[in-house]
Amino acid sequence: MTGRTLYDKLWDSHVVHAEEDGTALIYIDRHLVHEVTSPQAYEGLRLAGRKPWRTDSIVATADHNTPTRDWAQGIADPVSRMQVETLDANIAASGAKAYFPFRDTRQGIVHVIGPENGATLPGMTVVCGDSHTSTHGAFACLSTGIGTSEVEHVMATQCLLQNKTKNMLVRVDGQLPFGCTAKDIALAVIGKIGTAGGTGHAIEFGGSTIRALSMEGRMTVCNMAIEAGARAGMVAADETTVAYLRGRPFAPKGEMFERAAAYWRTLVSDPDAKFDRVVELNAGEIKPQVTWGTSPEMVTTIEGRVPDPDKERDPARREGIERALVYMGLTPDTAIKDIRIDKVFIGSCTNSRIEDLRAAAWVVQRLGKRVAPGIKVAMVVPGSGLVKRQAESEGLDKVFVAAGFEWREPGCSMCLAMNDDRLEPGERCASTSNRNFEGRQGTGGRTHLVSPAMAAAAAIEGHFVDVRQLA
Amino acid sequence: MKSFVVHTGLVAPLDRANVDTDAIIPKQFLKSIKRSGFGPNLFDAWRYLDKGEPGMDNTRRPLNPDFVLNAERYRGASVLLARKNFGCGSSREHAPWALDDYGFRCVIAPSFADIFFANCFKNGLLPLVLTESKMDRLFAEAAAFPGYRLTIDLPRQRVVKPDGEEWEFDVDPFRKDCLLNGWDDIGLTLRHADKIRAFEMARRAEQPWLFG
Ligand code: SF4
Repeated sequence: MTGRTLYDKLWDSHVVHAEEDGTALIYIDRHLVHEVTSPQAYEGLRLAGRKPWRTDSIVATADHNTPTRDWAQGIADPVSRMQVETLDANIAASGAKAYFPFRDTRQGIVHVIGPENGATLPGMTVVCGDSHTSTHGAFACLSTGIGTSEVEHVMATQCLLQNKTKNMLVRVDGQLPFGCTAKDIALAVIGKIGTAGGTGHAIEFGGSTIRALSMEGRMTVCNMAIEAGARAGMVAADETTVAYLRGRPFAPKGEMFERAAAYWRTLVSDPDAKFDRVVELNAGEIKPQVTWGTSPEMVTTIEGRVPDPDKERDPARREGIERALVYMGLTPDTAIKDIRIDKVFIGSCTNSRIEDLRAAAWVVQRLGKRVAPGIKVAMVVPGSGLVKRQAESEGLDKVFVAAGFEWREPGCSMCLAMNDDRLEPGERCASTSNRNFEGRQGTGGRTHLVSPAMAAAAAIEGHFVDVRQLA
Repeated sequence: MKSFVVHTGLVAPLDRANVDTDAIIPKQFLKSIKRSGFGPNLFDAWRYLDKGEPGMDNTRRPLNPDFVLNAERYRGASVLLARKNFGCGSSREHAPWALDDYGFRCVIAPSFADIFFANCFKNGLLPLVLTESKMDRLFAEAAAFPGYRLTIDLPRQRVVKPDGEEWEFDVDPFRKDCLLNGWDDIGLTLRHADKIRAFEMARRAEQPWLFG
């Protein structure tokens, strides 16, 4: 038998039934649920008189619609409140392994709370009605985002109908330069292969640079796999994975943990495994990334300039650049460092974990100044209640507040602007989130995707700056 | 899922090409927590003269007299005639939900958008393809004869016209089976319930930490 990739192994170990055409029923170990994509699924089950197959696979939270301040006053928007209350009622009626409702101390973004509670474990299949479910692949999981019908399907059958995709390896080797982070790796990969580069593939991220990343960093990279067009991103398990999980609330304990860990260590691609496509990056050449357009692949480095559409020969691409520049309100050839911003958002399931907040706070302290006068708001939104308390115990909140940042309650917040946190038309934002699509952070809002360190520096200086100079 | 075997129903003609999912159900209604109740907002922007918002009493809104579904003679229609590329746009299932909730059981068009086409089958709605020339005849006859009804005979794959003429149509055998039996994806998967249970037991024995 030839070697298998990590994806092959995860796939093979979950096939319940395969049709002749290759469509397979895949068993689902963990189902993460939030308020936006679950109500119709629960209703569908009720209308059909069906019961959830295994409620102890469900871990739920309210995150997309929840406000990030004045929690005592509840949720003002009635439509948002209704969605959150509907989730409360659905969980109360049918049960779950765990539910972290609005205002719970462990509430947070669904892709942050899963891993930090040990609800995401190596070797699992993880699904959620949300495209950034790819995040959990950092734990050597097969994790995919699904639609509402599929949410209902998983609830009713504990299975998902899937076709196997191809294997792609993104290998990053070498030492990341000072000031460059997992976010810069993710954006550099997308810049290289494009937003359709991973279509039809499951991406495994490997190489010495990925091995050297913390679990937080690996989650950031896998989170963005979906922006590269792949339905799943993953990283092989190793001692970093095992160490992260030890002692987490839902991780196995004692002797059972050792037994599990022994299995987890086998979740790597075999040395002779064949990938359909291999992409290689040299980490030493990665520079801090900044997007300039309305798609994550429209990215350059802090040393770069806004592109000139006239220099693009491909007419479709030229038109794409022109349209993006009009929307973004940018002039060709402007130096990235000269782009002034109005708002700063540090948060989202890409970059709201403790390591992200530490990096941002470090930059703030190092620069030793307050948020630039031109900045309307610079907000830090921790990914979860646990992240928030950890940050507060380290005094990071004081660093932010003293410098003029707003320290908010956890949630998705301005990543997609379903609550009150949003950009007004024309406002320009340095954001640590994952999508810079038109209107994503508010109608007419302009998003530049960057790392937490770059976002913090931009808040202090009022425009993009090269954080490598802080060495 | 509702099964579809033989259906006879009043025909309504929607004579526009490229009707997209946003036209079928505008996006302000997608914040709903329900899968039902979209019927009153089907084709909302064309059907009413005012701008529709969630929570309005739709029975009190001013109807657009020029919109075909508002004509008295098409009230209670369950077969929709449409033009090419019906259902283009997003993948959201709200579009078939809205058509179904309104009371349509079958949409006949010369072509459909892919995802919408698949979503219809998932929701018990039959999307049926006929040639442009046959569509022209149906549009003409539905306009000419008030109370024009068609019978869609799925087992025989025939559209039966009031004059007795029968037209054959194609349908994927697997999807036909699902519709005839009222199987949805969940129903189909549950046919393997024993296999799922066996798989689950083996998994529980091997990796007990995943359960409980
Ligand atoms: S933080 Fe953003 S990307 Fe992540 S789950 Fe929330 S809305 Fe989606």
